Amino acid sequence: MSDINQLDDKTRAPVSQRPHRIEAGGEGIGANITVTIDGQDVKVPMGTTILEAAEKIGIRIPTLCHHKDLCVAGVCRICSVQVDGMRTLQAACAYPISQPMKIHTHTKKVRQARRHILDLMLSNHYGECYTCGRNGNCELQSLAQEYGVDFFRFGKMEEPIFEIDRSSHSVIRDMNKCIMCRRCVRTCIDLQEVGCLEAIGRGDETEIGTFMDKPLADVICINCGQCINRCPTGALRANDPTDDVWRAIDDPKKHVVIQTAPAPRAAIGECFGLEPGVPMTFEMNTALRMAGFDKVFDTNFTADLTIIEEGTELLLRLKQALVDKKGPVFLPQFTSCSPGWIKYIEHFYPDMLDNLSSAKSPQQMFGAVIKTYYAQLHNIDPKDIVTVALMPCSAKKFECNRPEMMDSGFKDVDYGLTTRELAKMLKEAGIDLPRMAKSDFDDPFGTATGSGVIFGATGGVMEAALRTVIELVVGIKVENLFDHANIMPVRGFEGIKYVELTIPDVGPVPDILKGLFDSWDFLKGVTVKVAVVHGTGNAKKVLDNIKAGGKFAECHFIEFMACPGGCLGGGGQPIPTTPEIRAARAKAIYAEDEAYEIRKSHENPAVLELYTKFLTEGPCGHKSHKLLHTHYTPRGKYIA
Amino acid sequence: MLVTEQERLRDDIASWAQDIGSDRSALIPILQEIQGKYGHISDFAMQIVADKLGIHPVEVYSVVSFYSFLEFKPAGRFVIRLCRTIACDMLGKDKVATQLENDLGIEFGETTPDGKFTLEWANCMGMCDQGPALLVNDRVFTRVTPDKVTQILEACRKAFGIYALGSIGEGHL
Amino acid sequence: MISSHTEPLTFSTIAPNAGLKAALSMKRSDLIAEITNSQLKGRGGAGFPTGVKWNLAAAAQADRKFVVCNADEGEPGTFKDRVILTEHADLVFEGMTIGGYAIGAKEGIVYLRAEYTYLRKHLEQVLADRRAKGLLGKNVCGHDGFDFDIHIHMGAGAYICGEETALIESLEGHRGEPRNRPPFPVDTGFLGRPTIVNNVETFAWVTAILVKGSQWFKSHGTARSTGFKIFSVSGDCDKPGIYEFPMGITVSTLLEAVGGLGAKAVQIGGASGHCVPAAEFERTIAYEDVATGGSIMVFGPDRDMLRVAHNFLEFFVEESCGQCTPCRDGNPKILECIEMLDHGVCSSKYLQEICELGETMQVSSKCGLGQSSPNAFLSIVKHFRNELMGRGL
Repeated sequence: MSDINQLDDKTRAPVSQRPHRIEAGGEGIGANITVTIDGQDVKVPMGTTILEAAEKIGIRIPTLCHHKDLCVAGVCRICSVQVDGMRTLQAACAYPISQPMKIHTHTKKVRQARRHILDLMLSNHYGECYTCGRNGNCELQSLAQEYGVDFFRFGKMEEPIFEIDRSSHSVIRDMNKCIMCRRCVRTCIDLQEVGCLEAIGRGDETEIGTFMDKPLADVICINCGQCINRCPTGALRANDPTDDVWRAIDDPKKHVVIQTAPAPRAAIGECFGLEPGVPMTFEMNTALRMAGFDKVFDTNFTADLTIIEEGTELLLRLKQALVDKKGPVFLPQFTSCSPGWIKYIEHFYPDMLDNLSSAKSPQQMFGAVIKTYYAQLHNIDPKDIVTVALMPCSAKKFECNRPEMMDSGFKDVDYGLTTRELAKMLKEAGIDLPRMAKSDFDDPFGTATGSGVIFGATGGVMEAALRTVIELVVGIKVENLFDHANIMPVRGFEGIKYVELTIPDVGPVPDILKGLFDSWDFLKGVTVKVAVVHGTGNAKKVLDNIKAGGKFAECHFIEFMACPGGCLGGGGQPIPTTPEIRAARAKAIYAEDEAYEIRKSHENPAVLELYTKFLTEGPCGHKSHKLLHTHYTPRGKYIA
Repeated sequence: MLVTEQERLRDDIASWAQDIGSDRSALIPILQEIQGKYGHISDFAMQIVADKLGIHPVEVYSVVSFYSFLEFKPAGRFVIRLCRTIACDMLGKDKVATQLENDLGIEFGETTPDGKFTLEWANCMGMCDQGPALLVNDRVFTRVTPDKVTQILEACRKAFGIYALGSIGEGHL
Repeated sequence: MISSHTEPLTFSTIAPNAGLKAALSMKRSDLIAEITNSQLKGRGGAGFPTGVKWNLAAAAQADRKFVVCNADEGEPGTFKDRVILTEHADLVFEGMTIGGYAIGAKEGIVYLRAEYTYLRKHLEQVLADRRAKGLLGKNVCGHDGFDFDIHIHMGAGAYICGEETALIESLEGHRGEPRNRPPFPVDTGFLGRPTIVNNVETFAWVTAILVKGSQWFKSHGTARSTGFKIFSVSGDCDKPGIYEFPMGITVSTLLEAVGGLGAKAVQIGGASGHCVPAAEFERTIAYEDVATGGSIMVFGPDRDMLRVAHNFLEFFVEESCGQCTPCRDGNPKILECIEMLDHGVCSSKYLQEICELGETMQVSSKCGLGQSSPNAFLSIVKHFRNELMGRGL
């Protein structure tokens, strides 16, 4: 794995914003250091920040610009603490301990400084809490409460001064609420390598802006919404369609169906005061019906469908490479479920679009199936169907508005709703989600598998694909190779994972694929190389490696997800997000997978029925190409 | 912008990157070259530079917007920067400022419609003992009086090329 | 021209390259010990002991090290570095070369502020001459294995780049935003390598010290502020210009020399320095009393001190890098308060609030700019309160 670690070294964050770890080791240093914080001794490894040391003994130091996913900034100064022997206060988040010291976290000087800093922020923040989407979930608001702010010492912003940028389908920017913590900048440039937002100008005119201050829709934004998840205030938020969704529900002529992705159910409980990691899948079904949705479907159904389509596509590419040996073969094949990732590659690597699977994302497949197959089956005019997609994602809002996503003859998916927005709708309807009775999804797409569920976590698509490919090709149960069919090597939060699997033997071609393959002999003895990548910053490293002919160029299949952690860390998920919260959500997702009776996509009876009754030419056939596959737009990097 | 000019810019940037380097520390020197030759750093130029150095255009814009001697808007042939810091203020910079505005018909921060002059404020330029001081492009003028403003502007108008200023008073050096 | 309190002026008495030759004949550790012994402190204003800085950089292990000359002289009222670079550039480059030898660096960079672009041609010529004479390049002065060269990097117009970590950020092609410290540049500086950043004048004094000896240097000035200092004098006095004085002279002595007796106040240390009223003119100019990077601005009896404060705060509002809250948002609040005072609408209570905010900025800002920007305002309020308050429209 040393190769991968080298890839990880290429952070472009300014030195000042990189965490400064003083490496342990060498003669005499590297030992633990004892520091005293508010009279309490704590022993920490050299290089630990004051903030981390305080956390260890339960002393809370307030923070704003600090975020566990991001490099150090040390700009808001709210975490200032006093250190004996130093004239100035130190930023606890940015100060690495390298010698014994006495630290005080709440002296008069510290309290006055924090209060002043808070007062300054409040004076430049359009603090219209009632009308703010982050009311009750705002870090600035909480700190104001914590520090007993009872008046605006340095005045307040009476009228908004910046125009709100509503140009994007996904992200809305309201700089009147920005407190310049630069978490979005570090997210966008360092974590995601998108480079849409930066600090512009100098002095009191400094603001967070885009290239040449253009609207978000006119610059390179992949809509991943990671900036939203890390914004402490309401300066960044998702484009909220709840009013339109209510209007559709209220319209008796409309048949409103909702599909729910796996990641929101593992997280929505957080919006109702539950600990992260408590799944709400079946409570949510009840709640959605109560709220007025006519049908509640499981996106996992089309996740399974995606596996069949994308898996077949992969096998076809492999056959082309190993047997037919003609024409250009585009390997590794890249997954295409993550709309943020799709927009990323369209902008930054337009010459690699052929490597993308042409399969639509599960959301869009579902939309197309609902407005065709389902409409036929229930004899509903598709123009009267409104499809809503509950997603952990802000980029899904952009995706459903792509002009090419109208293969049913209508807009395949009408509205993308985030986890946060659904929680808001349920609260508005007086529905206390955790107290709902459990109920199942609606037919005919009610059956889902564990493979569909794990799409919500990084590595999930790969694991689902491997489960299916192994069984279809090798002809033995996955359980014989991996305990409980849990393919552990592709799980976990490492940014880039690389796995090799040798196909020892092959079985007969299953019925569903007989039209496409005569035998699997060409795969016998082949070592399949796959990789799992999450966060577009990591994607960049892997794509550059492929371009340079590195080890990832040898891969056959690579899963890419735009968001760190995969969908469970999506830009539409409850705020805050931290590595711990994402791990808890992943645990819920994998637990749900284990609970399913059927855990492999190709065993999903509803999917098989769809192929018998509707997509009769089988996977990657003509009809599925029309409805379930798409094409991509080389957008390039140039900003007009 | 004409395609040919874009090509020229692209070639220039490539050759500067060749000379100066294509790592991030070459950014500001390359931007200064662009500004020196083209008068300002256009959004197209920023994108070419970003591409060359493997960074994002917004990072280049961020840097350009930070430094007061880097311009992303087209600037005049002659950029006049009048020092407004206290020493020059005490020596009468207000009168000089008014005269500059009157003679050029523009305010600070603006460029004349003919594209010849841009008027800017500058913070202390290290001529505190000989103020009021102003810079015309790279060249410094000290002990400027309203009367001298007229002479400086006339010299600029008479000829393109900063050397035309040689005949005027006591520019430093 | 530099006027001198000591006749003749020290820098003019230094024989060319004598300092460099002396340095190269010494062991590195002895060389640094000599600088340390002189107790030379940074002449840019912060006053960090040069020997200590060099010692740390010399001890750091790295494949490359850098010597950076901070010629981003931007402090209002300071222009001594311009004159030193114009008249004594060789001494500066010599000092940098000595620094390179001391810490084991091969590369020197002069960060020259954009406002001094007209000096560049002259400096490039001096550098070319030094290269031609073997004083830069391979085996400097025939000293085997000591290679050192200097190039000039132009600033682009930002006061904050005079702060050493902001300067390094700027060298690296970033916005000039100060870094978190630690780590310090002597450990993690330009391109992550050990780097010494010293002021133009500091390098010139290093050369002088090597010629005349650390004992000579120490025999002038005060116990805690040794040696001489170059001052930039401007404002209401008969003879504004550049002066050399020993450290520790009183404000009144200086005023007498420059023809500024009768002043109402003197701003020492530029916009980020302190305002000393006539009643305190017996105070000394030294690191232990009123510190300065060299800027002395004299205010005559008729000057409106509120206008002075206003000018300084306008400067800081614009020149703050905009990174940390106290400085970015604090300076405009002080400026606003000054405008309220000017319009006669500021209550004593609010003035008190703003003074307390100033104190917060002094301790909680990320770098020296925000920590010192309230100084002038606070000292003007302290000494000229009656002049500021109760104004009509």
